[in-house]
Amino acid sequence: MPGPVQSIERAAAILRLLAQGSGRLGLTEIANSLGLARGTAHGILRTLQLVGFVEQDKATGKYQLGAALLHLGTSYLDVNELRSRAINWADALAARSGEAVRIGTHLQGRVLVVHHVFRPDDSLQTLDVGMLLPLHATAIGKVLLAYDANAAAAVQEGEPERFTRRTVRTRKEMSRVLATVREHGWASDVDEAGPGEAGVAAPIRGYGGLVVGAMGISGATERICDPGGRPRPELVGYVRDAARAVSRDLGAARW
Amino acid sequence: MTQRYVMSIDQGTTSTRCILFDWRGRLVSVTQREHRQRFPRPGWVEHDPVEIWRNLERIAPEALAHAGVGPGEVAAVGIANQRETTVLWDRRTGVPVAPAVVWQDTRTAALVEELSRRPDAHVVRERCGLPLATYFSAPTVRWLLDHVDGLRERAERGEVLFGTMESWLIWNLTGGPDGGVHVTDVTNASRTLLMNLRDLDWDPVLLDFFGVPRAMLPRIRPSSQTYGTAKRVLPGVRISAALGDQQAALFGQTCFRRGEAKCTYGTGAFLLLNTGAEPVASTHGLLTTVGYQIGDQPAVYALEGSIAVTGALVQWFRDQLGIISTAPEIETLARTVDDNGGCYIVPAFSGLFAPHWRSEARGVIVGLTSYITKGHLARAVLEATGWQTREVVDAMNADAGIALTTLKVDGGMTSDNLLMQFIADVLDVPVVRPMVAETVSLGAAYAAGLAVGYWPDLEGLRRNWHRAAQWTPAMDRKRREEEYDNWRRAVERAFDWVRPAAGSS
Ligand SMILES: Nc1ncnc2c1ncn2[C@@H]1O[C@H](COP(=O)(O)OP(=O)(O)OP(=O)(O)O)[C@@H](O)[C@H]1O
Ligand SMILES: [Mg+2]
Repeated sequence: MPGPVQSIERAAAILRLLAQGSGRLGLTEIANSLGLARGTAHGILRTLQLVGFVEQDKATGKYQLGAALLHLGTSYLDVNELRSRAINWADALAARSGEAVRIGTHLQGRVLVVHHVFRPDDSLQTLDVGMLLPLHATAIGKVLLAYDANAAAAVQEGEPERFTRRTVRTRKEMSRVLATVREHGWASDVDEAGPGEAGVAAPIRGYGGLVVGAMGISGATERICDPGGRPRPELVGYVRDAARAVSRDLGAARW
Repeated sequence: MTQRYVMSIDQGTTSTRCILFDWRGRLVSVTQREHRQRFPRPGWVEHDPVEIWRNLERIAPEALAHAGVGPGEVAAVGIANQRETTVLWDRRTGVPVAPAVVWQDTRTAALVEELSRRPDAHVVRERCGLPLATYFSAPTVRWLLDHVDGLRERAERGEVLFGTMESWLIWNLTGGPDGGVHVTDVTNASRTLLMNLRDLDWDPVLLDFFGVPRAMLPRIRPSSQTYGTAKRVLPGVRISAALGDQQAALFGQTCFRRGEAKCTYGTGAFLLLNTGAEPVASTHGLLTTVGYQIGDQPAVYALEGSIAVTGALVQWFRDQLGIISTAPEIETLARTVDDNGGCYIVPAFSGLFAPHWRSEARGVIVGLTSYITKGHLARAVLEATGWQTREVVDAMNADAGIALTTLKVDGGMTSDNLLMQFIADVLDVPVVRPMVAETVSLGAAYAAGLAVGYWPDLEGLRRNWHRAAQWTPAMDRKRREEEYDNWRRAVERAFDWVRPAAGSS
């Protein structure tokens, strides 16, 4: 038996992406979300169009699910399922990093906290599962913005709120930040959501590389960052390894 | 080469897991494989022991590969297992003589009924600390000896071996027909109804009572001690611990002191309280069992509240009814409504275990009206786990004479926030999850690591325990009392369902 066919996995990921949110995405957004070259994404989209799974709007050039697929409904990873699949690695990440761990998904222009592991110092902490965080000021949110075109589309209205002097607010600055996130495969926030608070996050991917959420640590800036104000490489490594381990369990082969 | 990791094998009711832990008790890699549940007749539950062995052959090397290490870097392996599930196999060929009979199986109901009418039936609880019930291994062994042709003779000649899952796996790992070591540990042996709870050895009176030949039984060893070296799958790795999964979780939660307790939520749920060096008899429907034994030290005992069906009810909702497609979706579905709509499910699929011990009870759904949706049913599924916990905690508090002030939890169901909050609400105490949800595996690893000196002592292990999450009670007292009352009335409706004559023989 041959192994799984990569192009089919990617096609499935594109379909899942289109099945979420507004369901109309351009070629660049799709390619960015899945970390594919434009040419590769285009080839797959053309094939999907051919079989009727995808349609392209003649006026805008954007893609959406085709009529042949609509009866399959929209489904993506249930958030409770995501927590259940990630819990072991989230625990291990908290134990390794010594910091609190959160997993977030995109919900209507915000980050929905779907899982939270306390900082392992046995101090009094309260569970924030179900809480909403800002996309633009948290590491988890930036990962979602970078890889989830629907999240990005959802914040394009309105002015992002300013929490500190360092909160990223302009679209130009944000697109530069997100390009770096995509380039490096992780995001951070340093004194952006609140003074003295920092975080590091990486994407959790499912089949075909579709980003289903983000996982990260957060804590005092002086612990998360080196004296130069940059996240400590060893912590970044722990976060990425943990997110990759979850992704592997979810079937994302390449990451 | 430095030995950097300890491996655990958790052979559970629904799946087998293999995990590598580092010195700080942190998970390094994990692999898992489910095996088939066979329900050939109502009340029967079977596993294929060969399928389980093959799963282990596959996932153990995978766990090493994920971490990028070889067997040489593993200091020891510890095994935790579903308890009481009975395997009989041919010593010469290694082939099981029958499917494994799972602890939930009730085929021995009539036999147990018959045995408990014997005038000498009191010897059972006196000597092994457990009630006579279909749950434990001895009646199953007896049933197989009675029902498989020629088996009794072969067993008496020592050609057929008995074991629970840890025995079966250790025997296979250490060579199988080619020199396999036939052992069990005190915690697993304590669940057979055949071991004397004080001597920690097979009790001749009990062997005689159940008609089980000694020649087929494994040697009973401490829970933490090297039994042998693996010849297959993990060549050269020492096999240094075995515990029943629930005892392993007690160990993994570092409940090493008298008075410390935990509850593990998997297929069933099991509340265990460390009672120290003395076995304590329950007057409220709990079991007296061995907690663990480290090397040649005295055994530590425990009181146990066993609930047969918790996660298994979620599984039933998924597999038999098909209402959800994965277990965690039960929470998503339950959150579509605000309450149970007046509906209660009592999952007495294998009768009711602690604190009732009513083998004739069967499951009921009560309070159905046209108003009830699948969302309400999903709530009732989760609430059943909450109320059953409340019943065993009440029994534990009554037996111990002091009330539990927090509940330490672990197991797959602890990823369900709605459920954990509900448990805190109905117990009216905080519920705390440690940083390793796979506490069963961690306990097996700890016991194995201790045996080979990878970890020096229990105190060091305690320092690895950290709180990962806590749920604080938020339900008002009146509502809690009303709901508990409804639950108890629902339970009464589950009683007396199977008529004595209807039991299979
Ligand atoms: N989010 C959830 N909500 C409710 N139940 C769940 C959830 N996730 C898993 N479960 C249930 O928990 C059980 C799995 O837990 P776990 O993995 O600890 O059990 P297990 O180790 O397989 O059990 P056993 O050792 O008895 O085989 C299954 O019965 C499943 O239905
Ligand atoms: Mg288990």
